[in-house]
Amino acid sequence: MSNIGNETLVAPIQPWVKPRAKTLKNLFGPALVALVSFVIVLLTGFAGPDGWALLFFVGLLGLAIARTRNQDRVKRNNSLISIVIAGGATLAFAPWLSIFYSLVIKGFHGIYLGYFFRDMRITTPDDELNMGGVGHAIIGSAIMVLIATAITLPLGILSGVYLTEVRGRLTRMIRFVIQSMSGVPSIVAGLFIFTTFVDVTKQFSGLAGSLALSILMLPTVARTAEEVLKLVPEDLRAASYALGARQWRSSLMVVLPTVRSGLTTAAILGVARVIGETAPLILTAQSISSFKFNPFSGQIASIPMYIFALFQIGTEYSMARAWSGALVLMVIVFLLFVVARRLGNRVKR
Amino acid sequence: MSRIETELKTSKENGTTMNEMTTSGASTAVTERPLGLETRGVHAWFGSHHVLSDINLQFPERSVTGLIGPSGCGKSTFLRMLNRMHEFIPSAAMAGEVLMNGNDIYAPEIDAAAMRLKIGMVFQKPNPFPAMTIRENVLSGIKLANLKVSNHDDIVEKCLSRAGLWKEVKDRLDASGGSLSGGQQQRLCIARSLAVEPTILLMDEPCSALDPGSTLRIEETIHELAEKITVVIVTHNMQQASRVSNYCAFFLSDGGPGVLVEADATRKMFTNPTDTRTADYVQGKFG
Amino acid sequence: MPQKREMHVVYSLGDRIFRRIVTAGALTSLIVLALIGLFLFARGAEIFRDMGFKFITGVKWTAGSEDGTAAAEFSIGPMLVGTIIVSFIALIVALPLSIAGALFIEFYSSQRLKRLLISLLDLAAAIPSIFFGLWGIQVFSSMAERWSYLLNSYMGWFPLFSNEMQVFGRSPFVAGLVLAAMIAPIITSISREVYSRTPRELVDSCYALGGTRWGAIRAVVLPFGRSGVLGGAMLGLGRALGETVAVYLILNLVFAYNFNILEAQGGNIASLIATRFGEATAYELKGLLAAGFVLFLLTLTVNMIATSVVQRTSKDRS
Repeated sequence: MSNIGNETLVAPIQPWVKPRAKTLKNLFGPALVALVSFVIVLLTGFAGPDGWALLFFVGLLGLAIARTRNQDRVKRNNSLISIVIAGGATLAFAPWLSIFYSLVIKGFHGIYLGYFFRDMRITTPDDELNMGGVGHAIIGSAIMVLIATAITLPLGILSGVYLTEVRGRLTRMIRFVIQSMSGVPSIVAGLFIFTTFVDVTKQFSGLAGSLALSILMLPTVARTAEEVLKLVPEDLRAASYALGARQWRSSLMVVLPTVRSGLTTAAILGVARVIGETAPLILTAQSISSFKFNPFSGQIASIPMYIFALFQIGTEYSMARAWSGALVLMVIVFLLFVVARRLGNRVKR
Repeated sequence: MSRIETELKTSKENGTTMNEMTTSGASTAVTERPLGLETRGVHAWFGSHHVLSDINLQFPERSVTGLIGPSGCGKSTFLRMLNRMHEFIPSAAMAGEVLMNGNDIYAPEIDAAAMRLKIGMVFQKPNPFPAMTIRENVLSGIKLANLKVSNHDDIVEKCLSRAGLWKEVKDRLDASGGSLSGGQQQRLCIARSLAVEPTILLMDEPCSALDPGSTLRIEETIHELAEKITVVIVTHNMQQASRVSNYCAFFLSDGGPGVLVEADATRKMFTNPTDTRTADYVQGKFG
Repeated sequence: MPQKREMHVVYSLGDRIFRRIVTAGALTSLIVLALIGLFLFARGAEIFRDMGFKFITGVKWTAGSEDGTAAAEFSIGPMLVGTIIVSFIALIVALPLSIAGALFIEFYSSQRLKRLLISLLDLAAAIPSIFFGLWGIQVFSSMAERWSYLLNSYMGWFPLFSNEMQVFGRSPFVAGLVLAAMIAPIITSISREVYSRTPRELVDSCYALGGTRWGAIRAVVLPFGRSGVLGGAMLGLGRALGETVAVYLILNLVFAYNFNILEAQGGNIASLIATRFGEATAYELKGLLAAGFVLFLLTLTVNMIATSVVQRTSKDRS
C-alpha cells in the first residue's frame, strides 16, 4: 500500500522510552526509602542532612539489591554502580549548590537600593544593614578590571593570532607556556607586582591591582581567543589568499572580524576569571571604605576585598554585609557568563 | 623549446596552434586558441608521499577545461598548484613549471599574492566572508589586495550580473552574505573572484555541495564566463564535465602518484577516447 | 626522479612586520612567566643565602626581636608540609567525586539535564575562592566537625587522625574538604571533556555485544580517559597548592609542623604570605618573596606536567 500524499497515516512512537506510569512506579521505592531514612533521622542520633543522605544512599543500594535478586551478577553490578555514580555526582555538586543557596539566604538581607550606591566611610561594624553599601567596591573593581582588560585583550588576541594565523616555530611552546601560566597562584602574581611595581612606586594603587589581575587574566583570554580563532574555517583564509590578499590583510580584514563576538567572549570570560580574586589585591591595591576613582595613586576598594575585610571584622552585621557583597559578586559573575554564552552561541552559528 | 620561443608563441597577438606547441609528455589538448596556462612536468608531494607525477597540460584561453578522475587521483591538488595554494600545506613540495603567459609562476621573483589576482579560485563549499555584507563580499578582493579602484558600484553590479546573481540581490546588497541560499552563496563567491578581474578562474568542484537547480545556474554562469576568461574546473560528475567543458583531462592513480592519462577536446574524450581506461571511466565502468 | 623545487610561502614586508608584532605579543606570556621567577628569586636570594637548606628543612618562622637578642629565622618547612597535606586531602576527596560527576553528566543524564549540569559546572569553576572560605566557615564547618569527630572516635588510634585537644573546627581536614569542593569543578569538567571524546563506535560496539552501561564504561571509557583525567587531577592539585584566601579564612593558622589533620592548626605557604605580609619588616619581606618563589616553582612544575599530559592526550585524539 502506498501512502504517498497521505500524511500522518502512522503515528510516531518511541517504544524504547519507558512509559510515564512505569517511571512513576519505579520512583515509588526510592521515595519510600527517603521517607524511612527521614524518620530514622528524626527519631535517632543520626543528625542533619548528611546523616539523612547517607541513610538514603544505603537504602537505595539495598533496594537495588532486592530488585535485582533474580538477575545475574553483571546486571546487579550495573545497577549498583549507577547508584554509586549518581551518589558521587550528587556529592560533587552539593557544595556548589549549597554555596549558591547560602549566598541568597544569607546575602539578601543586606541588599537594599542604597547598597549599590553608598560606601562604608561612615558605617561602623555594628550599624544595622540599612546603612552603608558596596558602591565604592563595585566602582573600584570595575576600574581595575577595565584596566586589566585593556592590557590583556590585545595581548591575548595577539597570542591567539600567533597560534592560529602566524603559526611560527614557537607555536607549541607558547601554547604550553600559556597553559602553564594559568596555574600561577594568584598570591604569587600579587607578590610579583608588589616587588616590581608597588615597591618601586612606593604606594598601593588600583593600577598595581590591575597589573596583578592581568597576569591571571591573560591565559584565559589567550586560550579563549585561540579557541574561537580555530573555529574560523580554513576555507575563509584560503579564499582571501586566492583573492590576492597578503597574510596581514587576510588576518585583520577577514579572520578577526569574523570572530568579533568570540573575542568579546574571551574578554568576558577573562573578567569573570579575575573579578573575584582576593589574594593579589591584598598585596597590591589593598582596600578603602570610600569611593575613589583614581587608579594611579593610593589604595582602592574592590568587591572581594570588601568581603574579605568585613568578614575578618566578624561582627554579626559585618558578616551579613560580607555575604551581601558576595551575592552581588556572584550575580555579576553569573551575568557575565550569560552574556558570554549568548555571544558564544552566535559564534558557533 | 626555449623560454623565449614559448613566450613568443603564447603571446596573444600571434596565437599559436596547439599542434605546433605539442611537447613531449603524456598529452596535449588540440586547439586553435592561444594558451592561458600551461604546466610542464609538474609533480607534487605531501611529505614523502608522491601524489602527482609528470603532468604536462595546456589550458587554452577563453575555454573551459574539466579535470576529471576518481577521487584520490590528485586532480584537486593539481588545481591548487595552478595558483600556488598548494604551498600553504607545510609538508608540500613540487617539481616542474606552471607557466602563465610563458612565465613560471613558481619563479622566485614572482609575487604569489599578485599572481593570485590574475588566477582566481572558487572552492568546493560556498564560503562568503561572514562578517561582510553581499556588497562588501564582492568588493573584498579589491580591499584585501588594496587595489586603487573608484567605481565600486559599477563593479558590484557588473560582477554580480556576470555571476547571474544581480537580479536576486540588487535590493539587499547590505544583507549578510550568509543570508543567501547555498547556490546564491556560491555565485556570490564567483562574483567575488571576478571583481579583481582575473584572466583565469580555477573551480574546485563548485557544485558538489549544491542542489541540481543551483548547479544548473552555475553551469550557465561558467559558460558565460568562458567568453572572457579561462576556466579550469575540477568535477566528480561526468555529465557536468560533458556539459560545461570544451576540453577534458583525465587523471588516474593506481595506488601510486596520480598521472594524466589523456587530455583532449571534451567531445572526443566522451565519444572516442584514445586510452581504454578513459573509455572505461567515462562509461562509468569504475571510479 | 624529477628535481624537487624549493617551495615556501614568501611573506611581503607588511607580512613580516605583522608577524613580528604578533610574535612579540605572543611572547609576553613567556616573558612575564620568566620575570616572575627571576624577580622572586632575586629578591629572595638573601634569605636563601642566609638560611641555606634550613629554609626548607627548618622549623621556625620568626622575625626575631628588635633588640637583636633573638635572631630572625625563616623556614617554610612547616608551611610546605601543610600545603602538601591540605592539597592532597583535597585531591583524594575530589578525584573520585569528579570522576563520578563526569560519568554521570556524560552517560547517565538526559540531554536537558546534561546541558543544565554543564552550565552549572562552568559557573562552579568561576566561584571566587573567597566564597569557599565564607561557606567553609559559616555553613560547612559544623558538618565537617561532626565528621571529624566520628573519624577521630573510630580511627583515632591512627596518628593521622589523633587529636589531643578534641577541638575539631578549622583543621587541615576541613580546609582540605573545602579545597576539594573548590577543585572538583576543574577536574570534573576536564574529565567530562575527555570522556565525551571517547569514540562513539567503541561504546556502541560494547552495547552491540550485549554489554551493560557500566560494562561499556569500564571496558572503553575509563581506559580511554585515564591520562586526560590524570592531567585534570594535576591541574586541580596545582590550584589547591596555591590557594590563599580559602585556606587563610578556614585554617587556624599556626606556623608549626602538624601531621594530625584533625587538629585545629595548620597553614600553607600562600596563607603565610598573606598573613605576614602586612606587618613584615624589610628582611622578613624578603623571606616572603623567597617563600613565594618556592610556591611558584612547586605549582609551575605540577602545572607543566599536567599541561603536557593534557596536551598530549588531546593531540592523540584530534
